[in-house]
Amino acid sequence: MNEMSKLAVGRISLAHGGGGKAMHDLIDQIFAARFKPQSREDQARLTHPALVEPGAQLAFTTDSFVVSPLEFPGGDIGKISVCGTVNDLAVGGAQPLWLSAGFILEEGFDVATLVRIVESMVCTAEEAGVTIVTGDTKVVDKGKGDGVFINTSGIGVIPPGRELLASSVKAGDVAIVNHRLGDHGAAILAARGDLALSASIASDCQPLNGLMEAVLRAAPRVRAARDVTRGGLASSLNEIAQEAGVGIEIEEGLLPIHPEVRGVSEILGLDPLYLANEGTLVLFVPEADADAALGAMKATSAGREAAIIGRAVEAHPKRVIMQTLFGGGRIVDMLVGEQLPRIC
Amino acid sequence: MCLGIPGQIVGVTDPERKLAMVDISGVRREVNVTCVTINNALEDLVGQWALIHVGFAMSLIDEAEAALTLKALHELDEVSDTLESIEETKTMLGAETQSGQGSS
Amino acid sequence: MKYVTEFRDPTAAKSLLGAISKTIDQIGATAEDPVRLMEICGGHTHAIFRYGLDRLTPQGLEFIHGPGCPVCVLPVKRVDECVEIAMKPGVIFTTFGDAMRVPGRKKSLLDAKSEGADVRMVYSPLDALELARTNPDREVVFFGLGFETTTPSTALTILQAAEEGISNFSLFCNHITVTPPLRLLLEDPEMKLDGFIGPGHVSMVIGTHPYDFIARDYGKPLVVAGFEPLDLLQSVLMVLRQLAEGRAEIENQYARIVPEEGNPASLAAISQVYEPRPTFEWRGLGEIDKSGLRIRKAYAAYDAERKFDVGYGSSKPHQPDMESFACGAVMTGRMKPFVCPEFGKGCTPEHPLGALMVSSEGACAAYYQYADMRPEGAE
Repeated sequence: MNEMSKLAVGRISLAHGGGGKAMHDLIDQIFAARFKPQSREDQARLTHPALVEPGAQLAFTTDSFVVSPLEFPGGDIGKISVCGTVNDLAVGGAQPLWLSAGFILEEGFDVATLVRIVESMVCTAEEAGVTIVTGDTKVVDKGKGDGVFINTSGIGVIPPGRELLASSVKAGDVAIVNHRLGDHGAAILAARGDLALSASIASDCQPLNGLMEAVLRAAPRVRAARDVTRGGLASSLNEIAQEAGVGIEIEEGLLPIHPEVRGVSEILGLDPLYLANEGTLVLFVPEADADAALGAMKATSAGREAAIIGRAVEAHPKRVIMQTLFGGGRIVDMLVGEQLPRIC
Repeated sequence: MCLGIPGQIVGVTDPERKLAMVDISGVRREVNVTCVTINNALEDLVGQWALIHVGFAMSLIDEAEAALTLKALHELDEVSDTLESIEETKTMLGAETQSGQGSS
Repeated sequence: MKYVTEFRDPTAAKSLLGAISKTIDQIGATAEDPVRLMEICGGHTHAIFRYGLDRLTPQGLEFIHGPGCPVCVLPVKRVDECVEIAMKPGVIFTTFGDAMRVPGRKKSLLDAKSEGADVRMVYSPLDALELARTNPDREVVFFGLGFETTTPSTALTILQAAEEGISNFSLFCNHITVTPPLRLLLEDPEMKLDGFIGPGHVSMVIGTHPYDFIARDYGKPLVVAGFEPLDLLQSVLMVLRQLAEGRAEIENQYARIVPEEGNPASLAAISQVYEPRPTFEWRGLGEIDKSGLRIRKAYAAYDAERKFDVGYGSSKPHQPDMESFACGAVMTGRMKPFVCPEFGKGCTPEHPLGALMVSSEGACAAYYQYADMRPEGAE
């Protein structure tokens, strides 16, 4: 990175959002220098052969990112802003193509941190095989923003004949996750200074489109997949159970969870089923294809810890029940409000 | 309310304020050890296990007692296995006698 | 995890459940006339439901959920007072997580936070003290609730504050003690209780002797229990065996952590900083003598009641709490959560009417969260 890419000042000011020279400098030197858009028009103009194939569908999603702290073990707000949107496309069976990136910066925000975040986005986009083609910048008064908020929208293409729908999940289908649960949520909690916990847990933030493609090649009849984010696995499973009108049963003994995540959960009285992930999905596949799907997942770097965790069932429709290690069953509900540490 | 979790004391961090570092399944947190310190000898605590509650080590875990409890739990396992096999034998013998009588 | 996983081993559970079944039969208890055991501690209520112990144990055993959730037993107006303090300018109001969503008469602490009050969740009262050190221009208040398990932690924090001469820190003391409500319940002719599962971590502080009166004066057995599922099952078995053998004793299943005489340093700190209040109001139980603690005059500088003129110490006339819904009856075990007409309808975790549905140790929350007892799902 050469001197041309550095802004003359160390902190963002209101002028950087004003539409004038300062803003153009910011865009040129921080964003355009790294995202390298094709043109400087107000919109990106894009074509792709896959989009015009008869029967292909355009997939479109958007997500905003407000995580605090901005940088944490395993990633930063930039990385998750790319992964989150890429993954929301990928779980629908789409090949992610292009992202937009909108930034709302707080007056006084440190430019060096912004540069790190942008570079992280570039890196992650490359890893995921997507390009950031357009964006926007605004600056708000000091105190009105948490450093930076990022919105990314994403366009992808779903090949003809592919239709992943939560409502297609049927009793007997097997549920598979690709990764341990709760790493991101626990990493964030530990990274927050106020709980004074030090742990070596890193966020599981990673793009999952490569993994999804591999699974869909090996097991095309995957019914549906969901990106497990806020609300944890419990919320994703409940969403699917509701949409499909099936019951879901998972087994506590089969859930992959890192011992340190268990440690943080135990100390704070939290349930790992509700902790956030940022690189983990859950998918449902017909029983006959479960081994193929699992095998394909495990062959990818994002799916090394893949595990079957349960299945859709006819009993208790729309309810998710977990068989505890003890053989008792307990309801796993949607997350209500925010999961507040149970301490006293 | 009673949320306490066993943790191992791995080092003394502030002898004056009676603070030590505790490890709970790989997660570390500084805790106050006033309740478990004897004669101000904080260093003696290193390596010991304690029940941690809201940032305080509240009680040292008695390893011997823990072992005794576990032993009792597992003995029950053996006893109940024995009882089960006694029951099964009885049932089997009872059935044989009955069928013996029935056929005579 | 050491000292945890071993006590969650499912194979040992099978044998315990078998032995429990046999003993229930020995006693002659049935679903129509079960053995009624009360667990006093909210953590035990939570564990029973989390591990499905209520369903795994035979029908001849009924768990009665006692007043062991310190958030649940607080009168609504204590929450109102928290909100009042939190809304004062310059105050940083710190609390354990659970208390934040409990509804007051008008709002909860979480509501106050969304309206601009600086309410922060902390893991330890020591963290609140640290906030006072790093924010010398702000007044930091800690919501000190809990039974004897937590009382030493706030006492030691006040002692630390006094030693350092920190002046912008105070405690809103709502600590309560466990034996007075037990006595009240035992005196109640309508409460049919056969035995008790004793609070493991309270006993870690106070020892086992404070429960002697239960066996001696009321002839009921009590077993001090740990919190892992095997601890609870073993404790249940121990109580049942006492009943089968006609004994009434205080036993200690949690001996690996609970010393018979309690913890001397904790008890010393408690008596140095706190003294019993003449009475204290409990939701559902009314005023109970000597059941609450207040900060001694020597530490008045750390007493939020004095600083903010709230609570029992306040200059305002004391008004009894308004009884809301069936919370009191559920909290004392007189009514099961799902019998309350609001359960799952007007009162859910998203829109709680009382603390028992909010606090994860409240019986209603436990039933709603874990037990298959929602009104729509009724079988």
